[in-house]
Amino acid sequence: MSAAHDDHHHGPAKGFTRWLYTTNHKDIGSMYLWFSFAMFLLGGTFAMVIRAELFQPGLQLVDPNFFNQMTTMHGLIMVFGAVMPAFVGLANWMIPMMIGAPDMALPRMNNWSFWILPFAFAMLSATLFMEAGAPNFGWTFYAPLSTTYAPETVTFFIFAVHIMGASSIMGSINIIATILNMRAPGMTLMKMPLFVWTWLITAYLLIAVMPVLAGVVTMMLFDIHFGTSFFNAAGGGDPVLFQHVFWFFGHPEVYIMILPAFGIVSAIIPTFARKRLFGYDSMVYATASIAFLSFIVWAHHMFTVGMPIAGELFFMYATMLIAVPTGVKVFNWVATMFRGSMTFETPMLFAIAFVVLFTMGGFTGLMLAITPADFQYHDTYFVVAHFHYVLVPGAVFSIMAATYYWLPKWTGHMYDETLGKLHFWLSFIGVNILFFPQHFLGLAGMPRRIPDYALQFADFNWISSIGGFLFGASQLILLVVVIKCVKGGKKATAQVWEGAQGLEWTVDSPAPYHTFATPPDPKLIHAQ
Amino acid sequence: MLPKAKLWLGLVVAALTLFSTNLQAAWELNMTQGVTQISRDTYDLHMQILWWCVAIGVVVFGVMLWSIINHRKSKGAVSATFHESTKVEIIWTVIPFVILILMAIPATRVLTEAYDSSESEIDIQVTGYQWRWEYKYLRQDANEEEVSFYSIMSTSREEISNDLPKQEHYLLDVDNPLVIPINKKVRFLVTANDVIHAWWVPAFAVKKDAIPGFINEAWTIVEEPGIYRGQCAELCGLDHGFMPIVVHAVEQEEYDAWYAEKQEQARVTREMANNVVTMSEALENGEQIYARNCVACHQAAGTGLPPAFPALAGSDVVNGDLRANIDLLINGVPGTAMAAYGRQLNPIELAAVITFIRNSFGNTTGDLVQPADVNTILQEAQ
Repeated sequence: MSAAHDDHHHGPAKGFTRWLYTTNHKDIGSMYLWFSFAMFLLGGTFAMVIRAELFQPGLQLVDPNFFNQMTTMHGLIMVFGAVMPAFVGLANWMIPMMIGAPDMALPRMNNWSFWILPFAFAMLSATLFMEAGAPNFGWTFYAPLSTTYAPETVTFFIFAVHIMGASSIMGSINIIATILNMRAPGMTLMKMPLFVWTWLITAYLLIAVMPVLAGVVTMMLFDIHFGTSFFNAAGGGDPVLFQHVFWFFGHPEVYIMILPAFGIVSAIIPTFARKRLFGYDSMVYATASIAFLSFIVWAHHMFTVGMPIAGELFFMYATMLIAVPTGVKVFNWVATMFRGSMTFETPMLFAIAFVVLFTMGGFTGLMLAITPADFQYHDTYFVVAHFHYVLVPGAVFSIMAATYYWLPKWTGHMYDETLGKLHFWLSFIGVNILFFPQHFLGLAGMPRRIPDYALQFADFNWISSIGGFLFGASQLILLVVVIKCVKGGKKATAQVWEGAQGLEWTVDSPAPYHTFATPPDPKLIHAQ
Repeated sequence: MLPKAKLWLGLVVAALTLFSTNLQAAWELNMTQGVTQISRDTYDLHMQILWWCVAIGVVVFGVMLWSIINHRKSKGAVSATFHESTKVEIIWTVIPFVILILMAIPATRVLTEAYDSSESEIDIQVTGYQWRWEYKYLRQDANEEEVSFYSIMSTSREEISNDLPKQEHYLLDVDNPLVIPINKKVRFLVTANDVIHAWWVPAFAVKKDAIPGFINEAWTIVEEPGIYRGQCAELCGLDHGFMPIVVHAVEQEEYDAWYAEKQEQARVTREMANNVVTMSEALENGEQIYARNCVACHQAAGTGLPPAFPALAGSDVVNGDLRANIDLLINGVPGTAMAAYGRQLNPIELAAVITFIRNSFGNTTGDLVQPADVNTILQEAQ
């Protein structure tokens, strides 16, 4: 009798209201992930427009104004719509299951922080259909191009950013509250999986900097509508102030997009190397160091604004320092693989590609830190290549690795390994054809954010575009794999992967709607 | 011919066209060494850090690849149980730190040199506008004729729209290049009038943001005569891709002759402002000025790109009160992309372009504006 009563209340509701009213971390995690994938395709479509226009010299497809709208919307949608929500979705799904908690600490707020997102992006995307056109001032929206000289739709952009910020802040409060309060008995901080650790630190970064972003767009709003002159030199303001405030948000933001990726890779490599993660403690300390350093390096994005030399030197040294903890992480991953017993299923392939290609992005990051050399690299395709290497085969590959890794746990079915490997290899080849030549373009002197270019840049541009089309098209394979896996496939065991460690692998596949309603046996909690 | 064979033939032709148009393009892989001490130092820094990265990459990826080949389950590898070592962690914290110090020392030295703009021999104010550069040579003596001019991309819109073949320096040619003497310390005082731009010449390793309300300093000593090209490096709106920089570095005597000629031109222009022009002169001159200054926003046929950039064809302003039209051109429209051209064009040019737009694109006011009239209005405004 009581069991039937429980079933009635604890199963998912039927129909659309299940998703609208849900407070279940797994439902909300799934919605975040689907939403993120939809945004990935939308932002990817914009990227295809950019690469198509840059396929040959001359203007063929779009006018410069629309081109600027595409670069702006591509950046905004990918950063705020694809990468960040994907990590929040993974956090929702996995953190409670990894720490033996029944759900997130604040389930109703969890629902709210997801459901405001579609409205923010609907509003942002709607500007494309408005007469004044979408924001066209770059995803970094430097004033006064984004204030005095902006299209009228900038106000929609500001409102959308506010909503995204609110969603992120609520999400991170929830994650911190869950991790600090809801760990199962025996799950000490230094036994937490690194994905939980990296997300805990990421959540603090988010709480620290999203209000700064909200502040800078509010100052823009006041400059545009209420006659203030924060960023208007003619009114006594300072356009460089905008950049300082923006990058005080912006630099931690780039670590927000990479720290959870470190956590994912630190889970996958030990599983498929069948060997414990090397240097767990140093991984935690390295993550914390990177997070700390992220607050004191922002002006390396602004080496050419004419800072005093003392400022240039400080930000150069601080930026170079980041290479140390980042290096520790890479060395630890390699040491984990060393003398392991490796197999190369799709998640492992993506994780290995992450380590190699993210490290290449790290190398160019180190090069960019050298201030005098940055004078040559700054605002060229070298920078574009750098941050796409850390974001695409970096952050995005880690999200794909995580999807393949945990998909059997989510759906209860094994995905199609052949299709998964096809997706990996096409993505791996495509992404390198796409972004590697951009290093050469930048060094040869091609500025970023231009719709047309001088003839000496023609060759590498068409190669890059071909890589772009290949990479873009390959992502549809992921969609097929996921849909196939949701619909059916070989039954997955609870363990799924031979070498997998952690509480999430002790529950059935698919994970029941409610897990750890009673805490797990402390004996199941091992040191990482 | 079979449809399939036709398709293949088409593909082959397309591929050949693609490669043949690219024959002229260079497969440039690396940063330029440039023509200044600073640019060579910068190149050396770039190569030094690059080789460090390559060395570290070879070691790290080498170990990884070796593990991937040898420590695989399919080869019967059994995983080891080690999982931490404080000693190893310290080693791979300290070694990168030492490498960073080795890099920081030369970087600091080059940066200190690049920042020392003192004792310049020529000072040039560089001002960024949407979408052109203004160069003003600062005078030693206020009684001298001032040399100051705008530098605008000279690549035609037809080349950009693929209606004409692209010339060798497509998008990298200007009407009035900056001219500087070699072996002289030239200081650039970089600022902007509207949004942020960035003045960049790779061969000098000079890139400085042009920020409204601020004056940034940069400098160069060019060692070899030549033509050096660069582009605006900070997104500045619609035609950000179309505001190149061209610098002619010449021998001192050639520079002196050029400078004297520019001063003479300035004097003549000032005097010609009193001459009376005919309708056909004004239209011809105005069309050229329109093509250089106005066409990006208002378009070749005067159709504009509404709503941000209004049409001139049939416009109430252009067909309305002449004085209001001139005022708008001189003062711009605050809060929009319409710049105050009173500072950017001389009275002859202002008069010609007003005459042109009021008698083109189907506008038939018949007004002929004289430079002297515009000059009067300009002086009233002051």
